[in-house]
Amino acid sequence: MLQRHRRDFLKLAGLAGVTFTAGLFPPGEASAQAGGDFHFVQFSDTHWGFKGAANPDSENTLAKAVATVNGLANPPDFIVFTGDLTHTTDDPKERRARMQRFREIVAGLRVKDVRFMPGEHDASLDAGEAYKEFFGATNYTFDHKGVHFIVLDNVSDPAAKLGTAQLAWLEADLKQRKPDDRIVVLTHRPLFALQPDWDWTTADGDKAIELLMPYGNVVVFYGHIHQEHHHMTGHIAHHAAKSLIFPLVVPGSQPRRAPKPYDPAQPDLGTRDVTMGSKVSLVELPVTRS
Amino acid sequence: MTRRFMMMLGVPLALAAARLAAETTPEVRIGAKKFAFHPNKVTVKLGRPVVLVLTSEDRIHGLKLPELGLRAEIVPGQETRVSLTPQKAGSFAFFCDVFCGDGHEDMDGTLVVEA
Ligand SMILES: [Cu+2]
Repeated sequence: MLQRHRRDFLKLAGLAGVTFTAGLFPPGEASAQAGGDFHFVQFSDTHWGFKGAANPDSENTLAKAVATVNGLANPPDFIVFTGDLTHTTDDPKERRARMQRFREIVAGLRVKDVRFMPGEHDASLDAGEAYKEFFGATNYTFDHKGVHFIVLDNVSDPAAKLGTAQLAWLEADLKQRKPDDRIVVLTHRPLFALQPDWDWTTADGDKAIELLMPYGNVVVFYGHIHQEHHHMTGHIAHHAAKSLIFPLVVPGSQPRRAPKPYDPAQPDLGTRDVTMGSKVSLVELPVTRS
Repeated sequence: MTRRFMMMLGVPLALAAARLAAETTPEVRIGAKKFAFHPNKVTVKLGRPVVLVLTSEDRIHGLKLPELGLRAEIVPGQETRVSLTPQKAGSFAFFCDVFCGDGHEDMDGTLVVEA
């Protein structure tokens, strides 16, 4: 076990950014599974509707990211959006207008298999009502080439709880898995206590981690913190994605969470390509100017 | 002693005890309103019991102070009373942990515990 953990944080320089190789699926175990390698792309925290000094180019950033992913030589099997599709508003009509416009822009993705989930900006003020009208259920599962994906909603409750009903649903779903099944969890907030005094946590996220612990091949992808971040809880890896609106400062680096000053080159914005093979490999895809 | 007598004796005693507690435990009032606490800096004494009296002027907010293990929901139209006896000195951040709109992320404050 220890040896496997040490391998988890092997970092390799890649062409399109940094390749992060996580030794999640030990060689031999994964290759014995049906399916084989595939890759998907993670978008996060697009915050459509945000206007402010943190990103004067906010009208164009999402479209640029769509163009970047459309330009990949090897298109992904599918695309996931890990929440905060829109920036919040108190006006229910404006919220729906933002969701509408967001959906029109991402309809430009060439890959048509796209999975959404909400962030607190989308769903916390109306318990996910508008979100469900546009994008459907806020928690669900799907399977792809032998990997089981579980989407968890830790935002429809404004106090950042998964809640007992969803935890029971997760437990029931996991009961149908074998201990060595390959499982990917997609969610908005960190499930672990990354920076509790910045509210970078899920109130009952430890309960979800506890339910996942008996499974040997689990990896979590999330957003919310607007920066790349990698963390292990036991053998479970948690990877936060960059945002597509503005980067936030490193957790704990200053007393208050805040956006980083705007940099026109937008080096801290982007999407991420995830290859699911015998290992999980991450390649960060910066937003290219176009 | 009759049951009736006990009731007569017991009720005033309980009331007096409650009045005494209210008189001796200092209260600190904190109001919540999108997107700030008023006041947003509160000073209390180390080891001395205090009651935080929390109210909201508009909607539900939260007050979370992770370092002292304190959390409460602040519902408008009522007083939320949180008793606390700070056991460590220092400056501790608190913040709203019930998402309340565009500005929620800036809704925070500081509790100073003086030795
Ligand atoms: Cu609030």
